[in-house]
Amino acid sequence: MTAPTSARTASKTASSELPATAAKSPKLNRRQREGWAAALFLAPDVIGLTIFIGLPMVLSFVLSLFQVSGFGQYTFIGFANYQRIFADPVFYSSLRTTLIYVVCLVPGGFVASLLLALLVRQKLPGVGFFRTAYFLPFSISIVVVALIWRFMLDDQVGVVNQVLGWVGIPPQSWLGNPQLALGTAVVVTIWVQMGYYMVILLGGLQDIPTEFYEAARIDGASAWANFRHITWPLLKPTSFFVLLTSTVAALTGAFDMIYVLTKGGPANSTNVLIFYIYQQAFQYGEYGYAAAIGTFLVLIMLACSTAIFVTTRGGRFSYGD
Amino acid sequence: MATERIVPARRRMRPATMFQLVAAIAVAVFALFPLLWLFTGGFKTQTEASTGAFWPSHPTLDNFVFIFTQVPFLRYLLNSFFVSAIVTVVALFFHSMAAYALARLRFRGRDTVFMLVFATLLVTAPVILVPLFVVVRELHMLNNYAGLIVPALFNAFGIFLLRQYYITIPKELEEAAIVDGCGYWRVYWNMILPLSRPILAALTVFFFLANWNAFVWPLIVLADDKYFTVQVGLQLLQDQVTVGGGANWSYLLAGSTLTALPDHDPVLLPAAPAGGVDQDLRPQGLTLTNGLPAGFPVRVRLSGRACH
Repeated sequence: MTAPTSARTASKTASSELPATAAKSPKLNRRQREGWAAALFLAPDVIGLTIFIGLPMVLSFVLSLFQVSGFGQYTFIGFANYQRIFADPVFYSSLRTTLIYVVCLVPGGFVASLLLALLVRQKLPGVGFFRTAYFLPFSISIVVVALIWRFMLDDQVGVVNQVLGWVGIPPQSWLGNPQLALGTAVVVTIWVQMGYYMVILLGGLQDIPTEFYEAARIDGASAWANFRHITWPLLKPTSFFVLLTSTVAALTGAFDMIYVLTKGGPANSTNVLIFYIYQQAFQYGEYGYAAAIGTFLVLIMLACSTAIFVTTRGGRFSYGD
Repeated sequence: MATERIVPARRRMRPATMFQLVAAIAVAVFALFPLLWLFTGGFKTQTEASTGAFWPSHPTLDNFVFIFTQVPFLRYLLNSFFVSAIVTVVALFFHSMAAYALARLRFRGRDTVFMLVFATLLVTAPVILVPLFVVVRELHMLNNYAGLIVPALFNAFGIFLLRQYYITIPKELEEAAIVDGCGYWRVYWNMILPLSRPILAALTVFFFLANWNAFVWPLIVLADDKYFTVQVGLQLLQDQVTVGGGANWSYLLAGSTLTALPDHDPVLLPAAPAGGVDQDLRPQGLTLTNGLPAGFPVRVRLSGRACH
């Protein structure tokens, strides 16, 4: 009995000395040492996040109050960049394009993903294959995706026009016609994202307790009644998440696709705001003006998020709903 | 007993199931055809790529030879690999350190620091693209590897996931180590890091792919061909060969096939290194994506391109 006890006391005294000598000052108590250790552990990430996310955050508004010349000269011009926004016809057309893009993509993508999720929830033969197949497009980089589709939609050699020709539809210039290009971009984006949101919605569907469906079956409920009164209300939190993420993604994540697919053309018909920001900053060198449009885009994003949040009541639901 | 077991298994397919199966196959063709079209296209000759033939009648490697000899495509691939690998290793190291402090150490202002770190998740690309460029320019990191790597290191996503994971490690393990005279660094290095192997494996796949697929930041920060990542290089190649209409698509398809190769791995290989992460991640934080079907590839939820 005595031997282990003494060994423990020995190790305890050793522990109170050893880390103390390792720390900066031997007088620090354990709480202070823990604080110092935490500061050192946190330092690399906190400094990095401050410089590369925090500082640009603050700068984005500050920068919008300046005019930046090609040589990096900054001139304070107050809110002139914001006044310029409202006198810029390309901005208005870009804003309109962005809204059409979001209004088509978000509900369209949501319905497609939900249908897929409902489909692969069934006990179909080979359902694992279908789930993986639908997800595959999402795993590929947008540059490659946009390039494949450019090839398939090409006016001269594109396979899409060939296939449509079999059923008698005349060839279209899918990416060259200003009236078709934005719609084409939406469809390609849905092709990329449907599997990803399907996976999330499928997770939500499988969290719904099966007892509800069993009870409904005993009551003789139709498939539509099942969906309307069980699936839809209980899926609301997941739907909320999907709608919110896909709205933010549509507003801010469209750049790669648009850049490779159309470069904003033809005739600015696919020039969404995030692409216009890029154009202003990195093609025309108008950093201040681009920052002002960026601030405006953030306001739109906040407005959309709030709208989704309010209309879905934060994605909350109650069983009595 | 026996009949009861056999009857449902041998039941004929209902018309509704039949319809669903047909729909599922149709969507699978829609999802997979472009990928197969891309893959086979890389092995077609230039003239054949412009016709409707699905399988190359005379499979050729000429397109791959071209992009490796006439275009510095190997350099692009190596650049991407180098940058993605460095970002992944360094970022995960930093993130796990920060996560350890936020999850396991007690200090004043811990919750405030965590909230601030978490808040950076809400900052999205358009807000900071232009000012970030200005910051990086002032730091003289434009057009070099530092400009590609350093800004990509910092994102709160990894910190958040690792913290949620570290919170679940039993406190007794750590207390015992401290009592035995381990400093905090040794607790972190010898205990926390080995325990976090499964989640680090999953995040490695995720971080590597997010950086491999990154496009807009490399496009902005690079001017010099020799630093180009494969995504930017591929886009440049497209601009070059599609100029003037008569594009040589087969080069592009070969390049795209190579660019997309790593993207497929985590989805297609069932033995990807993310073994038991599903269980470990589920209880905390990821409530909205919880409840994936058993057997569904875990990597699926973690792959993507969310970093910037």
